[in-house]
Amino acid sequence: MSAPPALDVRNLTKTYANGVQALKGVSLRVEPGDFFALLGPNGAGKSTLIGILSSLVNASAGEAEVFGRSIHRDRGGAMQLIGLVPQELNFNQFETPFDICVNQAGFYGIPRGVACGRAETYLRQLSLWEKKDVASRTLSGGMKRRLMIARAMMNEPRLLILDEPTAGVDIEIRRSMWKFVTEINRAGTTVILTTHYLEEAEQLCRNIAIIDKGSIIENTSMKRLLSKLDVETFVLDVAAMPESLPQVDGVRLTPVDAHTLEAEMSRTHDLNSLFAALSARGVTVTSMRNKANRLEELFVRLVEGNHGKAA
Amino acid sequence: MQTQANLVALGTIVRREIARILRIWGQTLLPPAITMTLYFFIFGNLIGGRIGEMQPGVQYIDFIVPGLIMMAVIQNAYGNISSSFFGSKFGRYVEEMLVSPMPSWVILTGYVTGAVVRGLMVGAIVLGVAMFFTHIRLHHVFVTLTTFLLTAVVFALAGFVNAVYAKKFDDIAIVPTFILTPLTYLGGVFYPVSHLAEPWHAISLANPIVYMVNAFRYGLLGVSDVNLYAAYAVMLVTAAVLAGFGLYLLRRGVGLRA
Repeated sequence: MSAPPALDVRNLTKTYANGVQALKGVSLRVEPGDFFALLGPNGAGKSTLIGILSSLVNASAGEAEVFGRSIHRDRGGAMQLIGLVPQELNFNQFETPFDICVNQAGFYGIPRGVACGRAETYLRQLSLWEKKDVASRTLSGGMKRRLMIARAMMNEPRLLILDEPTAGVDIEIRRSMWKFVTEINRAGTTVILTTHYLEEAEQLCRNIAIIDKGSIIENTSMKRLLSKLDVETFVLDVAAMPESLPQVDGVRLTPVDAHTLEAEMSRTHDLNSLFAALSARGVTVTSMRNKANRLEELFVRLVEGNHGKAA
Repeated sequence: MQTQANLVALGTIVRREIARILRIWGQTLLPPAITMTLYFFIFGNLIGGRIGEMQPGVQYIDFIVPGLIMMAVIQNAYGNISSSFFGSKFGRYVEEMLVSPMPSWVILTGYVTGAVVRGLMVGAIVLGVAMFFTHIRLHHVFVTLTTFLLTAVVFALAGFVNAVYAKKFDDIAIVPTFILTPLTYLGGVFYPVSHLAEPWHAISLANPIVYMVNAFRYGLLGVSDVNLYAAYAVMLVTAAVLAGFGLYLLRRGVGLRA
């Protein structure tokens, strides 16, 4: 018998009391050990889905299982396996980081001696040990985010759900957070990530689902999704803009300002003909970069396409 | 194994509640000591001296001691749980418990125990203050302790229900101000309800605090206006109904889960 998936969501729906249908029959499967991205625009239903999985929102219909344990029929068993890092800060700001972590372990029935050891381990790993005894309201924004990760690790979950954990966090702290999460994923913890920083999702996640208006509009591997992107846009910094732009087959050149050009072309198109044409006009290209992150490009297209269908 | 885990979770909530009570002792333990000292001094000592005996062999200052202790227990058990649980909702850290595997009854029992502990602390403080003004001796230990515990449990549960429904801090102040305080003052703290003329006597008997105060008075002084069995019935039934309702609210996630 094969091992159950880390997460198996079937036809989950949620209609709020005000009539808003946040989830319209969402089905999703996340395999054990995966690093899974759940993306979607604001209000798409990501947080509702996470809320249902973590028992903070009551589902209207449907089923979800965590490693084979139903969140409805075996809530305690399923919750034991989940760690949640929510989008909003939700710890007692008057308590110390150490107490917050130890208490969280206590809620999971972990004896105090074990909890104190784990609190030290995770607070050290997330560079918070020096702050373990200060009131948590005095921590910086990045520290508060890391504290929520440490707290979520106290029950050593098999499924860690991160709901926009790096929102408003500077790049250095973000990198240290990803290093930590990548390590625990390598050690076997399944990770589900929602983020608006799509380059993070592209770098970290192996599989992806995109949710929009309460429905999953894409669910595939990151590789397969990125291979769907057939057009790329490059931004070229030029020393000086020519009076007229050259015509290059398969390339659309658009001037942005006096020193910037945008070149949109098929991913299979070579760059040599573009550079040759620009050189012939005496244009010197000083630097070049992708206009947008590839995943971001696809994400925008998929969501816009979905909105077009809905209209 | 599950029982062990639940006990750890229960101990965690109780420890956190006690830590909170001690951390903000200036708000939780000091005010009742000051208020009750004033009550004993003004009503018991200055005015009570002119009133004399309320019931045969019971001086007025002795008569009000059980009621004042009950009043402090009621207000503090109610206030502790309503402010603590509502605070956890307001600060969203109630989610720490909701996402855990902890069953609803553990959450409810933990908060109620915390409130009872505060009631116990405050009751002990008020009793200590009373000893400066009176020389009462415990008449019936079992009745005193069980009445004390049941009253604290009843009002802790009521405070919990209030906190579940509260959407803003005003909502947890309305009930104590407009319901709890009048019911306590009319609950035989300062006078025997048996002295009231009809229909006020009959109306007073619909107030559950009358039964609690009188049962506690019986435990401390050996005098009561109500039947002791009726008092226990009122306290047990009220506690059972409120506990059932509190559990129902938690399981349904009323005011907690979307």
